[in-house]
Amino acid sequence: MTKNVMIVGVGGQGSLLASKLLGRLLVDEGYDVKVSEVHGMSQRGGSVVTYVRFGDKVYSPVIENGEADFIVSFEKIEAARYVQMLKKDGTIIVNTQQIDPMPVIIGAAEYPASIIDEMKSKGVHVDDIDALSLAQEAGSAKACNIVLMGRLAKYFDMPKEKWISAIEKSVKPQFVEMNKKAFELGYQCS
Amino acid sequence: MKELMIGNKAIARGLYEAGCAVISSYPGTPSTEITEEFAKYDDVYCEWAPNEKVAMEAAFGAALRGKRSACCMKHVGLNVAADPLFTMSYTGVNAGMVICVADDPGMHSSQNEQDSRHYAIAAKVPMLEPSDSQEALSYAKLAYELSEQYDTPVLLKMCTRVAHSQSIVEIGERVEIVKTYEKNPQKYIMAPANAIKRHPFVEERTAKLVEYAETSGINRIEDGDGNRDSTHDFGIITSSTSYQYVKEAFGDSVAVLKLGMVNPLPVKLIQDFAAKVGKVYVIEELDPIIETHCKAMGIDVIGKDKFSILGEFSQKSIEAAFDMADKTVFSLDTAIPVRPPMMCAGCPHRGMYYVLAKNKLTVLGDIGCYTLGSMPPLNALDMTLCMGASVSGLHGYNKAGGDETGNKTVCVIGDSTFMHSGVTGLINIAYNRSNSTVIILDNSITGMTGHQQNPTTGYSIKGDPAGKVDLESLCHSIGINSVRVVDPYNLEECERVVKEELAKNEPSVIISRRPCVLLKYVKPKKPLHVNTEKCRSCKRCMKFGCPAISFRDNHAVVDETLCIGCGVCAQLCPFDAFESEGE
Repeated sequence: MTKNVMIVGVGGQGSLLASKLLGRLLVDEGYDVKVSEVHGMSQRGGSVVTYVRFGDKVYSPVIENGEADFIVSFEKIEAARYVQMLKKDGTIIVNTQQIDPMPVIIGAAEYPASIIDEMKSKGVHVDDIDALSLAQEAGSAKACNIVLMGRLAKYFDMPKEKWISAIEKSVKPQFVEMNKKAFELGYQCS
Repeated sequence: MKELMIGNKAIARGLYEAGCAVISSYPGTPSTEITEEFAKYDDVYCEWAPNEKVAMEAAFGAALRGKRSACCMKHVGLNVAADPLFTMSYTGVNAGMVICVADDPGMHSSQNEQDSRHYAIAAKVPMLEPSDSQEALSYAKLAYELSEQYDTPVLLKMCTRVAHSQSIVEIGERVEIVKTYEKNPQKYIMAPANAIKRHPFVEERTAKLVEYAETSGINRIEDGDGNRDSTHDFGIITSSTSYQYVKEAFGDSVAVLKLGMVNPLPVKLIQDFAAKVGKVYVIEELDPIIETHCKAMGIDVIGKDKFSILGEFSQKSIEAAFDMADKTVFSLDTAIPVRPPMMCAGCPHRGMYYVLAKNKLTVLGDIGCYTLGSMPPLNALDMTLCMGASVSGLHGYNKAGGDETGNKTVCVIGDSTFMHSGVTGLINIAYNRSNSTVIILDNSITGMTGHQQNPTTGYSIKGDPAGKVDLESLCHSIGINSVRVVDPYNLEECERVVKEELAKNEPSVIISRRPCVLLKYVKPKKPLHVNTEKCRSCKRCMKFGCPAISFRDNHAVVDETLCIGCGVCAQLCPFDAFESEGE
């Protein structure tokens, strides 16, 4: 059975490393894996999305409406933007950080601040965490992505050591300790 | 060894394993990583050329000399390189040559959605089309074998989803292939007397390639689970990423003819398949190439009547076409604001665009990050067509507009795009004397495609020192007398110089020079902050569209994680509310 994970956020937030980590972990576990993202605008502050699919045999590289088992969102309204992709019994992990898109900056639109409550009221299983604060606690705001991976790991039936080993293989040596701490904070927080 | 790789990296690996020794390319999403990945191998030559035509001719020269070569480009790049392609089909090659071209259905980062398969047909050159990373690697190697066996360049066609999706590939060893060059004017000098003798060769080659397409196994029939008749009374012909969507939707429950070679297409294989399955659907993204081929053979397939000619497919679009059950989804009541890409905080283009918008100038634009100047709140652009068209278009616009347009119209073009095909337009401006003001937005890098070096940066693809075009001298030598350089972080200077150059009754060039803020060597200054005592909520700073500035609790706020301290907002604020640290 193929499992589907989406990683969504704002260009420049580091979702690339998260999908790299996840891809490596799943290949090491012996799964067939496909990871898909669209490059080009990724550093320009646009909405970015990565699909990670794994199972015995994966064909399509993309995830469609109602197919995601997990959505990991690096930002609040990006979670809402893709919520229709979630399976009815799926889980959406949301970093509660707010990043204003250009229409909000120039006053052409309002930031829907209570969007997480609305998702919950619609029956979406939302797991919201302040990943930015936890990342800062670990030593760098940039470790948000690993905090969120730590959170995702809780839902996976896979020993924590495997995740740690994938982190060791995916980040530069000088950042391993900090990222391990970030992973732990995401994993432990309630 | 098994590795997870994007399709583009897998192509680079395949080219490398096949002994490719020379690659010349021009960057373009979604093709760029092929060349970037290839450049990481030590024992090969790899370069960024000024444009795709130059790249293809360089690769041709390398193949002529006897080394396997390649060039890589996006779909619209093949328009630029079409000239050599059509005649290389006649000359053939010496060592093998592969042309990688990446289409962008859905236009994730392109100005159109053209289908490159038309080029393969028109130039009578074989085209292979992989559907995942493993095929990308294998087909790259196969392409060289076909190139040498059939004496032809071979097109390797990617699309965004194959180019940028990672899947598992098996790595192999590199082989070295070297051919000797022998002078052969009848084959390589395409003057009429020789070319007329080569055309029959091209037609014979196509006939042989059709035979290959019938039998080689690159086009294969997957018979489904054997009980196909009881489940589905039809078969599907497909290729590329569409094949993956078909398999995702149907699994092994339907008979599939999977095409790996999309030009030339097989005849008998398709006839046999159709005879076996009865009803045939053709599922292909963009234009009905396979469908038209089938219909010309008299097989009444169903294609674009059921599957869109527009954009990308997915398993969902296929499921929907066959009325398979829709999945239930969540929906929210609140509208979610869009989040379009935008110029970065501190982007040097923004200052110049602010000046152009403020003066309500007509601005003909070009292809690059700076196309984002068309977005709100700046809305600074009037036109974007293709690489280089801003400069040549401005000339024609001013020739038509005469005195009415020359002092109110400019064009903007980036340094890399100017090298690509802006320089020829500028030569036309100088030669045919239009009263045109060309602004070169020189951020010292090819920005949009992710920081590739170009002839103005002084560095090669590997980051080594290289030749460097001096833009000022180049413009002078073309015949532009008035060449000015401004700093786009200085609004007063930009506005003054733009007005002065527009007022002149002669061609002029303004070089707006400031390196891209994302370059590693650009060290950000300390972020500014807003003195809330001074901010009077006039929102003038919001008209500038800097993502680091937002409006909270009735005054402007600077996001310190984004601000790089360029200080342009401080020049805009009438109340001096933006302050740097220490003030």
